[in-house]
Amino acid sequence: MDRVIFGDNQFFGVNHLSDEKSRAQAVRFKDDEAIIKVIDDAIDVGLNTFMCTTHDRIANICEHIRNNEEKYKDFKIYPCMPYAHKYANAVTELGILGTLKQYMPNNILGAISKGSVALVKTDFLAFMEMLVDTEMKMFKGINTPVIFLQNVLVDLILGLGMYDVFKAYHEYIAKKYNAEAGYITMNLPALLDALESVGVENPIICSSINKIGFRMSGGKDVYEECIKTRKFRPLAMQVLAAGALRPEEAFKYVCEQKNIESVLFGSSTKSHIKQNKELILEYTKD
Amino acid sequence: MIKAGVIGLGKMGLSHCGIIGGLPNVHLEAVCDTSKLVIKAFEKYTKVHCFKDYKKMIDAANLDCVIIAIPTKMHAEVVEYSLNKGLHVFCEKPFVLDVEDGVKLTDLAESKGLVSQVGFHNRYVGTFNKMRELLLDLVVGDVYHFHAKSNGPVIVKEKAGNWRAKSSEGGGCLFDYTSHVVNLVEYLISDIDSVNGVMLKKIFSKDVEDAVYSNLFLKNGVSGNLTVNWSDETYRKMSTEVMVLGKFGKIICDAQELKIYLKESSQKHNLKKGWNTLYITDTTDSVSFYLRGEEYSSQLDDFINSINNKNMNGRNNFRKSLSTDFAIKKIRDNG
Repeated sequence: MDRVIFGDNQFFGVNHLSDEKSRAQAVRFKDDEAIIKVIDDAIDVGLNTFMCTTHDRIANICEHIRNNEEKYKDFKIYPCMPYAHKYANAVTELGILGTLKQYMPNNILGAISKGSVALVKTDFLAFMEMLVDTEMKMFKGINTPVIFLQNVLVDLILGLGMYDVFKAYHEYIAKKYNAEAGYITMNLPALLDALESVGVENPIICSSINKIGFRMSGGKDVYEECIKTRKFRPLAMQVLAAGALRPEEAFKYVCEQKNIESVLFGSSTKSHIKQNKELILEYTKD
Repeated sequence: MIKAGVIGLGKMGLSHCGIIGGLPNVHLEAVCDTSKLVIKAFEKYTKVHCFKDYKKMIDAANLDCVIIAIPTKMHAEVVEYSLNKGLHVFCEKPFVLDVEDGVKLTDLAESKGLVSQVGFHNRYVGTFNKMRELLLDLVVGDVYHFHAKSNGPVIVKEKAGNWRAKSSEGGGCLFDYTSHVVNLVEYLISDIDSVNGVMLKKIFSKDVEDAVYSNLFLKNGVSGNLTVNWSDETYRKMSTEVMVLGKFGKIICDAQELKIYLKESSQKHNLKKGWNTLYITDTTDSVSFYLRGEEYSSQLDDFINSINNKNMNGRNNFRKSLSTDFAIKKIRDNG
């Protein structure tokens, strides 16, 4: 993985500190061109990996990338699936079965039928594979070397103790997409134990890692110990603790955790992207 | 170790199961749902005991408490059965549809010495708790007005829905979104005494309201406005905000940030004259297991701790949540 990875929260009105800023961002990025412009800025600055959720609008960005093959030949995307709010709102309105009906891939099964319900009942993993394929459709023809499961799903599966699903996901991503599975979590120590217990070795795990311990469930000390002693490939997110930390202190802290492989951040302006990237590379040297 | 059973495996039920699995001091012993699909998944991938009938689960599994996350219409029956079997009860919000049931069940829980809680998670959000602390300390002086609002994108087009599309089963924006905001106003300022100027608006739904607007008059004499709309797609997810005006300042608070304007500085609270902003990172303690937000873990943690400490006076017990049910009834009767 690249040392510095560019994120997408700023494009879709995700701001963990302020609903108001979220809405302002949603207005700024209402057109796809505005998103593409910032991605191009990031590429100019030297960032070639874009980590993004499988939001409907990412499909348009992918289309643009496919149409400009030469320009984006070194560009990689790390998809993070699923875009949870899409499903969460649907479950509130339609229930679980209704949501499955809505999102069941039509090309495979048509409208939900007795047969497809039976398939789901007997083979949940086949169903998981279908949902992965549905979410991955928009990335066809794009280089996606790591494919992440979003934290809300990872942590739900973790809490439910359904660890076999992690294993199956890992194998499917390798087999079908020739890519590595990644896991986003707010509970790094517990997830590491779970993955090890089903034989997933040296996993790529993206988790909150920041100086003030924000969203580091289990405790900052335990995280630091895990990073130091356990075998996995850490990708640090929420390094700026949703904006509570100044970039200098934030990146200094994360670079001091020597085994962290990559650092993720999102930003809307070229000068911030450049500044953050340079800070990370500078502290990496120390 | 407290042994818990979860009744209803929809979005909230699954979320509760996940959190219980991650929390210390509590073990997910059994689950129950009428959907074969979800039960099959639990049977296949977990060691949890699975049931399709809640009575059988309560009778057969050796439980200390139940978490009830089923359509609101069925709350009363299941809560009553659980309490009569001596179980502590966490029930999803809103508490019950008929306030008479609510009174009866609240009395029953108290008479049996059982811990009760309703899933109004806003009472566990760090920013709202800080706001409450500031209001109790009269940081903005006497409050004379508030505006509580909640918006989100649940129903954004016309189509047939599930039980949430039927008012008789606890559907609609009033029982769903609005109960959260009303409950939060009662926590932050005071219980609701009366309402007027109620507008219940249908936007996309045929049988239930999608928006609720009302004036609220609280028992402490403060009055304000309520604005709730679950058909507003300009919001990415449910967003709740309470603004309070006092003689000496103003507070605007949502789940992420707390903005405080003061005429004079407050040394005690380390707030300066003019605008101050506190963020979720300033006001929120970390949790031992995170799933969808600290507040969802904190509320279950508090429930389990209340059982262990025999604390009947939790911040969301049946008695307190019943007040919200009465307020919802007043809005409905005036709508």
